[in-house]
Amino acid sequence: METPEQIKPRLEAAVPGAKIDVLPNDCPAGERSLLVDPAHVLAVAKFLRDDPQLRLDFCSNVTGVDWPDIVVKSKFKKTVVVDGVESEIEETIETLRSGYLECVYHLYSMELKHGPVVLRQRTVNRDHEAPAVSLTPVWRGCEFQEREVYDLYGIRLEGHPDLRRILMWDGFKGFPMRKDYVPPDDFEYEPTPHDEVLEQAKKHYPPEVKA
Amino acid sequence: MPPKNYEILPKTSETGEPIGELLEISMGPHHPSTHGVFRMDLVLDGETVVKLKPVFGYLHRNHEKIAENISYLGSMPYTDRLDYFCSMTNNWAYALTVEKLAGLPVPERAEYIRVIMAELTRLQNHTCLIGFFVQDMGALGTPLMYAFREREKILDLFESVSGARMMCNYMRFGGVRCDVTPDWLAQAKQLVDGYGKFLDEFEALFTENEILLARTQGVGVLPRELVVSASITGPMLRAAGVNYDVRKVDKYGIYGRFDFKVPLGEHGDIYDRYMVRVLEMRESLKILQQALRDIPSGPVMDPKAKLRGFRPKAGEAYGRIEAPKGELGFYLISDGSPNPFRYRVRPPSFINLTVLEDMCLGHRISDTVVILGSVDIVLGEVDR
Amino acid sequence: MGTLNIEHRTSNIEWTEMLGEQIIKGMAVTARNFFGSYVSKERLTTVQYPEERLTPKENTRQFPFLVYDGDDWEKGMRCVACQICEKECPPQCIYIVKSKDKKPDYKGQLQLYPATFDIDISVCMSCQICVEVCPFDAIKMDTEFELSTDDRFGGLLFSKDKLSKSNEHYRRIHPTDAAAVDEHLAGEKAKAEAKAKAAAATPANPAA
Repeated sequence: METPEQIKPRLEAAVPGAKIDVLPNDCPAGERSLLVDPAHVLAVAKFLRDDPQLRLDFCSNVTGVDWPDIVVKSKFKKTVVVDGVESEIEETIETLRSGYLECVYHLYSMELKHGPVVLRQRTVNRDHEAPAVSLTPVWRGCEFQEREVYDLYGIRLEGHPDLRRILMWDGFKGFPMRKDYVPPDDFEYEPTPHDEVLEQAKKHYPPEVKA
Repeated sequence: MPPKNYEILPKTSETGEPIGELLEISMGPHHPSTHGVFRMDLVLDGETVVKLKPVFGYLHRNHEKIAENISYLGSMPYTDRLDYFCSMTNNWAYALTVEKLAGLPVPERAEYIRVIMAELTRLQNHTCLIGFFVQDMGALGTPLMYAFREREKILDLFESVSGARMMCNYMRFGGVRCDVTPDWLAQAKQLVDGYGKFLDEFEALFTENEILLARTQGVGVLPRELVVSASITGPMLRAAGVNYDVRKVDKYGIYGRFDFKVPLGEHGDIYDRYMVRVLEMRESLKILQQALRDIPSGPVMDPKAKLRGFRPKAGEAYGRIEAPKGELGFYLISDGSPNPFRYRVRPPSFINLTVLEDMCLGHRISDTVVILGSVDIVLGEVDR
Repeated sequence: MGTLNIEHRTSNIEWTEMLGEQIIKGMAVTARNFFGSYVSKERLTTVQYPEERLTPKENTRQFPFLVYDGDDWEKGMRCVACQICEKECPPQCIYIVKSKDKKPDYKGQLQLYPATFDIDISVCMSCQICVEVCPFDAIKMDTEFELSTDDRFGGLLFSKDKLSKSNEHYRRIHPTDAAAVDEHLAGEKAKAEAKAKAAAATPANPAA
């Protein structure tokens, strides 16, 4: 089984213009992933499926990940010259990394029995229905899972044959799996005596209405 | 105005002339054959299915969101409630992924106990599934009750070790919660020895039964290419003749040590799915006999494993096991905090429903019931 | 990889040419089970609840209870209101308010106790995590399951007087676990006593 670093140059040769990065993974599982730009992800996916050395014909898992805006603190050392004396000081720079949504695909090969290769694509921002590219034309098994990604994360996957909500009902507003989703306070509640749900419900249903 | 549960659509010939009517009906969500609250939007031409769209979400509780807001350990009892027939394998898949994420070792005895629990789960799941599935064909009650009688014995075993019949909550990161007693192992051995006899009796009811043959052979056929492309896993995949069993491919846990075979079908129809399950149970019995024979003594929890304050290093892991219904996977992203940043379940029965329409088209409405039965779904897992 | 193709695929037999002997064979199986239930205990598995009852398995868990030592539940309460279970409970069904004053625990040490300890058992999912995380062996699982009531809010909210059960009760329902806990606590107590003795034997301030 090739490592992502080995797959990367072959992919770049096969799909001209594709921007591919290998993302690190420091935990003991060590599954590194291939980050592909949405414009070329379909061609990359087709290559991964049809390449005789890889034959990744089985797309096991498709999921979304929400990465909200985050302030990244990076430290670096710099030397300053104060009154002719050189001294080293540490400076912290805070940069705002703007958030994005991500689609993660775990690919295996049923024919060659290897895997996983982790494929990722990112949206530009966290907008309502931010676009990305559907891989259902390559692997039929993505169909329901991509609908789920659309439903819960609000990533509009272009090229999906039937992109509707799947778990939530039609007409539902919002994307529940996003990190900034606020649950409504008027759902059918089961209050427990010390519950924040009860507090929420009290706000929504004033006592005089209830009586 | 309340929604109508049926609609009449015009049927046109290829040239566009009206030649009759199509009936659109909503089968479910409360229908005895749908194994829970599941709905199929069917368009029928007479009794033949021309379109089918599965609709689910009635049991959706956003399991993933709940899990992202509680500790790693806190999700363990919630995994029981995914596929409530197979809580032991759900526990295992989750524990396996967290162990992969944090690099935790598992003691030898715990690995054996996990295999024993998983195979017992497979036995009871397949037995019950066959019971449900023949009930869908009209064999009301009796075979299902035989299946439940045997399942009860396995659930008794689960209860006496984990404390609960179905919501076992038994596995922990780095082992299992409590040890099994020698007495329990003897009981399990007795059950495994007697199970073959029950399977013979069960098979005498169905395997060559004329009604079952007539209803299942050549119905709901899935071609090999479609099965692979549509990510179908488990007995449905193997019934189509694809040799892929995660127990053999990944050899997770200690499955590399056991001698067992992977049953494969040839036609990909419902009968093969039934038969693959029966043969899988017999292979499970073989694994159980080996595991119960070889189980070593020793601790069942890794001494370094922490119950509280568990914070894996930042990173991500995808772990999968061969659950009775197919490949059950968990995908976790850790950001170093006590709660997972992303927690994802890859539910096998949800993805196996992808091809429901492909299987049902052209068949009668009564066959859709049997086809759905042969997929083996549990709505707790489909809707999450 | 060992594989097994379906060996007795019956598609070679046309079901239309069969005469129904397999159906009769199946009926023989049902008949054997039916008549067998009169003679064999193996085949008669139904228990006539509530007249007949099975003894619960030793590890059976239903809902949590609080253990107390001795006869007085308020005095002997083991819980020290550390709120670990409240924090770890996955469905958040435990509610604890710490006391203002302290009372001596089984070792004679002064400890807080719960002024309020509520468990909403309609929310509790019997997962036993509270029991596992409790460092004081104060909360354990009961085997009582006949708890139906017509009052969903009051009747299923158990406060500490209803939750408290004696250590004897714990010994009766989970003998093996209770013995291990008793041994552990006795060991802790002996250690504490030995320490107290040692502290009493040596002068409080050796420098003086």
